[in-house]
Amino acid sequence: MEIDYKSLGLRVGLEVHQQLSTKSKLFCGCPAELAPENAVYREVIRNLWLGKSELGELDPAAAYEVARGRRIVYRAPEGYVCLVELDEEPPHDINKEALATALSIARALNAKPVDEIYVMRKIVVDGSNTCGFQRTAIIALGGYVEDEEGTVGIQTIALEEDAARKVDEGPGFVVYNLDRLGIPLIEVSTAPDIRTPEQALRVAYRIGLIMRLSGKVRRGIGTIRQDLNISIEKGARTEVKGVDKLELIPKVVAYEVMRQLSLLGIKDELHRRGLRPEDVPDSFVDVTEVLKDCESRVVRSGVEKGMRVYALPLPGFRGILGTEVCPGRRFGTELADYARAWGGVSGIIHSDELPAYGISERDLDSIYERLGLVKLKDAFILIVSDRERAERAFSAVVDRLRYAFVGVPRETRAANPDGTTRYLRPQPGTARMYPETDIRPIRVDSSLLEEVERIKIPKPEEVLRVLVEEHGLSRDLAAQLIREPVLDLYLDLVDDLRGVTSPQIIATTILIHMKSLKREGLSVERVRYVDLAGILRAVGRGEIAKEAVPEVIKAVASGSSLEEALKPFRTLSVEEVERIVESIIESNIETIRARGPERSLGFVMGRVMSVVRGRADGAMVNAIVRKKLLSLFREQG
Amino acid sequence: MVNVRPGDLVRVHTRAGLVVEGVVLPSTEVASEGHVVLKLSNGYNIGVSLEGATVEVLAEGYLRLAEHEGSQGVTVIKGEGALRMAFVSTGGTITSRVEYETGAVRPALSAGDLVEFAPELRELSAELVAVDLMRKLSENMTPEDWSRISEEVGKRLRSGADGVIVAHGTDTMSYTAAALAFSLRSLGNPVVMVGAQRSSDRPSTDALYNLRACPIVIRDAPFAEVVVAMHGSSDDLYSLVHRGVRVRKMHSSRRDAFQTINDLPLAKVYVNERRFELINRNYIPRTGSPDVRVMSRFSDRVALLKSYPGLDCGIIDYLVDRGYRGIVIEGTGLGHIREECAESVGRATEEGVVVAMATQTIFGRVNMNVYTTGRRLLKVGVVPVDDMLSEVAFVKLSWLWGNYPSEDPRRIASMLVTNMANEIGGAQGLETFPRWYHGDRLQEPRA
Repeated sequence: MEIDYKSLGLRVGLEVHQQLSTKSKLFCGCPAELAPENAVYREVIRNLWLGKSELGELDPAAAYEVARGRRIVYRAPEGYVCLVELDEEPPHDINKEALATALSIARALNAKPVDEIYVMRKIVVDGSNTCGFQRTAIIALGGYVEDEEGTVGIQTIALEEDAARKVDEGPGFVVYNLDRLGIPLIEVSTAPDIRTPEQALRVAYRIGLIMRLSGKVRRGIGTIRQDLNISIEKGARTEVKGVDKLELIPKVVAYEVMRQLSLLGIKDELHRRGLRPEDVPDSFVDVTEVLKDCESRVVRSGVEKGMRVYALPLPGFRGILGTEVCPGRRFGTELADYARAWGGVSGIIHSDELPAYGISERDLDSIYERLGLVKLKDAFILIVSDRERAERAFSAVVDRLRYAFVGVPRETRAANPDGTTRYLRPQPGTARMYPETDIRPIRVDSSLLEEVERIKIPKPEEVLRVLVEEHGLSRDLAAQLIREPVLDLYLDLVDDLRGVTSPQIIATTILIHMKSLKREGLSVERVRYVDLAGILRAVGRGEIAKEAVPEVIKAVASGSSLEEALKPFRTLSVEEVERIVESIIESNIETIRARGPERSLGFVMGRVMSVVRGRADGAMVNAIVRKKLLSLFREQG
Repeated sequence: MVNVRPGDLVRVHTRAGLVVEGVVLPSTEVASEGHVVLKLSNGYNIGVSLEGATVEVLAEGYLRLAEHEGSQGVTVIKGEGALRMAFVSTGGTITSRVEYETGAVRPALSAGDLVEFAPELRELSAELVAVDLMRKLSENMTPEDWSRISEEVGKRLRSGADGVIVAHGTDTMSYTAAALAFSLRSLGNPVVMVGAQRSSDRPSTDALYNLRACPIVIRDAPFAEVVVAMHGSSDDLYSLVHRGVRVRKMHSSRRDAFQTINDLPLAKVYVNERRFELINRNYIPRTGSPDVRVMSRFSDRVALLKSYPGLDCGIIDYLVDRGYRGIVIEGTGLGHIREECAESVGRATEEGVVVAMATQTIFGRVNMNVYTTGRRLLKVGVVPVDDMLSEVAFVKLSWLWGNYPSEDPRRIASMLVTNMANEIGGAQGLETFPRWYHGDRLQEPRA
């Protein structure tokens, strides 16, 4: 279905987060890089605490965990973490290199620096920041990026510290590695000026590219991350967190529009049926006895553990919970998210998906009977849990169901790998932010601005010149690299393969081979950067012929390891090719004699190439065949 | 210059061409000249130069900024437990909270905050008397403040408290702890001093954990001493209860900065488990008697002098001429200052000044018999204070001169080295010196 996003009033804003590759972290002298697994680790165990006033605006699950005193275990690798990350020492002065880099990126995005920078504390209590807050500062305002569908404003540019990375989690505890905590991060927030899913991709790419061209950003998985704010006119503004793949952006936007339209459709349907919010009951019913012979594993193992099965009757709701809101997700899935987030239950089962999961038609009938409902028009939701969790879960589900009569709730959601999203928490009212009193405000003075001047971020036209004059690419190829969202990949590969593989081979591989493989339906996005670099390195070292590249990529994309994929294409040595040529001449000696030296060349070449294609350079084969034929006829002569 | 007031909502057109809307915040001592601090609608603060800028006031008094509350005096909270406790607040990090709007630090915890912080206070106490005594950073404390705190604590104990908690800044907390240990005579119940190394406006504050340990100490302690209860390690796993006359702040910022020197801590408190574990059997037993005698005077004519290479002996003469009655020298090693100063020291003791010798090595005791310099200093009347911490000797000497102003200096010197509160003497085994990190690799992570 073709959707006219403009007439729906689609508005998208982007937040692009990118790690900077400075020598040290933002507020201490530790290296801005991740520690190896075999580093020497020490552990510290902590709790975080929040006053009642702060608990209201939290991720419900996190608030619940904090309230219960969840144990937070911090792993501190020696040499990568100091007392600052451990919250045992106040922050040092802000890293000037990071500040100058961020300001140079701001300038390239046409933004203006503020006169004086104030570092703020933003409350975060999932434990990912040892202090319980993230340090963040607005360094520049205003600015814009140009795009074919219209200029997109930049609202704020902030410099902040990255959070610790979660390495384990379980009931009542969470484990973080502190190496990432404090790595400088630049956050670019656009105005909600983006009007189509494709524009969102282009603008995110453009912002990412400008950062990349500063030469001061970290590369690789997890070093850049996008958040999206998406709304349509009749819907609500949804925040989507953690889109870490650029190509997912248009999908996330399209699915969110789809989801909001479906929710609006559900609202209309509820009103059409004459239902009212009050028809969603406050209380639920224990139906464990009705299901005592049920074969469902979920029900059985739950009951064995002492849990009960609770049902929420929903008169008039048949078909509503099964309504698809985006691919693979039904309205019932949305409700299950709420039940999990607020109640900590494993999920819900709703009547629109039954019979299934071992709950038979007969079980279904018994539940309807027990609830006094009619199968043809009514629905229900089951939760297998203890009573306390069920209460919290149903309370959230009931609120969400009642909001279905109003429309689309304002939510913070998390991106799934397939581009759909799941409910995370309600949106905070105003960010809980207060000044970091341990860091003095920083004047943006002339000496700082001089440092910023020294970091040159080339404009795309200048990059074009470099590609043509220094890398030796054709003007066409260079222009195509700049137009499409692959220049960063190209530059990374050129950097990493300097002196090994020519830029031309890299450009051709990305722009021509990868694209045509994608057109053939191959999932080229499954090829990891390290493998692609490995393939190109093998070409550069003469281990495989460049003609073999598409086949090797194909093999890697279908799951082969790099070594396995390269093996059949390893280049043949001159002696090996000579042996092949000799054996082909020998087995065709009659035909060759009959044809004579001139007319045999093409014939033998064809036979040999069909055997060595991709494993030997054509020119080299040609020279060997000539040599062998020459000596053959000379002997005879 | 436009007239803008804190709390106004303004729109500023800067000289650089930016247009910014925000609420004007009160100026702080760190703000630059000619700049205003604006709070933007997204919660961030930025500084904007007013030079060459135009300012429109969109709404006057848009944000009402809280006035600083005055002292709250005494508040009584009824709890659910059996104990009578008092909480005396003197200031410091532990009692400060931030105002989210302005970032201003509010210098006192309200009684309500206190109970929210440490639910154990309500649960374990029948009656909690919260006293907002002073709001001082601990670097500003003087011997006069020690007197005020002593009297307040004494008053609460005499009116039947089972224990008193004293919130204090950490920088000089051990000095005040020693002061209370000497001024509260015939103590029948524990006095628990507590502070925080991380301010209580952050979710990771140690104030909460440290505070929660205090009522457990009052409930379970078999001792009647002045103690300091602070984090035992970098983890939130237990608090250590240190004897007030044996404790020292050993790190500028860590949670576990407070450590017992030349002794073993008295106890561990596992706060989440509410468990009290005695680890030192040498203590002054708790009698529960409210009949504490308060001898709260301290002399401000006592100095603490650190010895260093090339020390100008004239400094000692100067102190004597200024009318000082006591000098505690933090000597090198076993208790030395340069030999040339022996003459000035001799003159001081002749004029009735008590000159005591502690060591700047912190750990270990002084022994002035080993080297000639030591023997010479002994000869001119220096009093070696054994393993007493220099800071404790300083406080004790100040207390002695404060309460016995007309006593013979030789008698003062003798009292200085007579044990009163377990501040001096006792055997030291291998275990009383910390094990430092010598590059031993830790292979297996804990837990």
